[in-house]
Amino acid sequence: MAKEKKTMNLNFGPQHPAAHGVLRLILELDGELVEKVDPHIGLLHRGTEKLIEHKTYAQALPYFDRLDYVAPMNQEHAFALATEKLLDIQIPIRAQYLRVIFCEIGRILSHLLNITTQALDVGALTPSLWGFEERETLMTFYERASGSRLHANYFRTGGVHQDVPNNLLVDIGKFCETFPKIIDDLENLLTDNRIFKQRNVQIGIVTKEEALAHSFSGVMLRGSGVAWDLRKSQPYECYKDLDFKVPVGKNGDCYDRYLCRVEEMRESVKIIKQCLKKIPTGPIKTVDGKISPPTRDQLKESMEALIHHFKLFTEGYRVPKGKVYTAVEAPKGEFGVYLISDGSSKPYRCKIRAPGFSHLQAMDYLLKGHMLADVPAVLGSLDIVFGEVDR
Amino acid sequence: MNLTDLNKLINSELTTKIKNTNIENNELSIDVKVENLYQVILFLKTDEKCKFKQLIDIAAADYPDEEYRFEICYLFLSHENNLRIKIIINFNLDEKIPSITKLYPSANWMEREVFDMYGIKFKNHPDLRRILTDYGFDGHPLRKDFPLTGFNEVRYSEKDKKVIYEKVKLEQDYRNFDFDSPWEGTKYIDEIKNKGKQDG
Repeated sequence: MAKEKKTMNLNFGPQHPAAHGVLRLILELDGELVEKVDPHIGLLHRGTEKLIEHKTYAQALPYFDRLDYVAPMNQEHAFALATEKLLDIQIPIRAQYLRVIFCEIGRILSHLLNITTQALDVGALTPSLWGFEERETLMTFYERASGSRLHANYFRTGGVHQDVPNNLLVDIGKFCETFPKIIDDLENLLTDNRIFKQRNVQIGIVTKEEALAHSFSGVMLRGSGVAWDLRKSQPYECYKDLDFKVPVGKNGDCYDRYLCRVEEMRESVKIIKQCLKKIPTGPIKTVDGKISPPTRDQLKESMEALIHHFKLFTEGYRVPKGKVYTAVEAPKGEFGVYLISDGSSKPYRCKIRAPGFSHLQAMDYLLKGHMLADVPAVLGSLDIVFGEVDR
Repeated sequence: MNLTDLNKLINSELTTKIKNTNIENNELSIDVKVENLYQVILFLKTDEKCKFKQLIDIAAADYPDEEYRFEICYLFLSHENNLRIKIIINFNLDEKIPSITKLYPSANWMEREVFDMYGIKFKNHPDLRRILTDYGFDGHPLRKDFPLTGFNEVRYSEKDKKVIYEKVKLEQDYRNFDFDSPWEGTKYIDEIKNKGKQDG
């Protein structure tokens, strides 16, 4: 009698420590080999896009912190850029530098989380303990600038909310001196680690063509050898004045993606250092009273400021009719906002392009033929955060 | 190649297939009829000069009062040329949109999302299921006639010892304040200004 091929269905998640959130995978297994993967997402869907349609532009901004919550300001950046493009305003240079500094801090925050949890998924506990300590320091910087560790709500259309307090930039500078040592320590633990390599080298390989076809961006694309970084190729803010390299992988496997992330952290530190050197003094948001609200002092003295304040916090500013797409190089890849304005003070439609959505979609392609134990390793290297995938 | 060159190229190569093109805010968008959509995208992907090899996103929008209720915008990126392009189609619900999953595998989930949020159906899609909403969800949340609060809410019932669905009960109606006012630069002010000019 011919042996019948039997596959087994396995339900992975939605509550599983290696699922990086609420992911449910329906795996079709032949023994230990993965034959098919069907990711079920949406368990963290909060209707962000619908909510934004009912809020003014200023009220819509905090929702972006809650998408990829390990690098909040990078998301805010995309939305701020989109509204600025429609309003056609330039932001002051100091604001540009502040934005870049905090976006790079966000990148380090995100990569630290990803590298260390990926290591955790394949069995190394120590990196996460070391990495999270640094994340805590970085989140203190967030807190000192914006008042909160995670949901910063710091960027505004036309600049940033307020100038950084005394000594914050000095302390960020000090951090930049000590942090490369921490990266070295992490690399000591992982880069040549036999177990880490066994679990990651030649796992989840993506070719150049496939990476393009599957809409990969960010590290997922660079790990496969495509030198593409929006900060270089379509520079926004002051990135064109800054000197940094774009690390590119060779083999497109999980290990190369890990290496890319480590190098990107080093580059981010370089960028922050340059920004700290170059940052000028001056205004931190546009002086147009029709867009940025007046200060408290002005409120006490000027009737016009009072009126502006009232109007900005009830009706909000109006944004000219139009459709724009702006994208930033978020830590996880190209994060974009497609914004449709009908000329009122609320967005008519705001489509959020999350990099993780396309990456997760490729799970089936990435895992076909791999072992069950490779599922967390590949998932870890995709750098998935469910806040942005489910929106 | 820059945006204007691309605009010219597309206008000359696809004259019969496109409705019109325009460059606004430094972005090129092309209006296309639904029946020509597949051909246009195929051209953009395979043409030696265009090379739009990456689909960035598919974004739909709902305009209940317009002649064509729905709009879908396809965003493409060409790494070689460092250019972006938007392809826009307008249509009503009776039309079925050709799926582009054969050209771009990543369109799969994007089209599923559009289907989930707007109820727009795609022809030849391999697996058109809901993606972001709950299992057994009813309705299409991003349509403009779908209320922000939704229709059903879930809670854990102590009596039934399970999660149950109920109609949404609001203590207070959802209030959508209308703050629109003749605040600088509106029609109202313009009219007064123009009147003053005519009289003077």
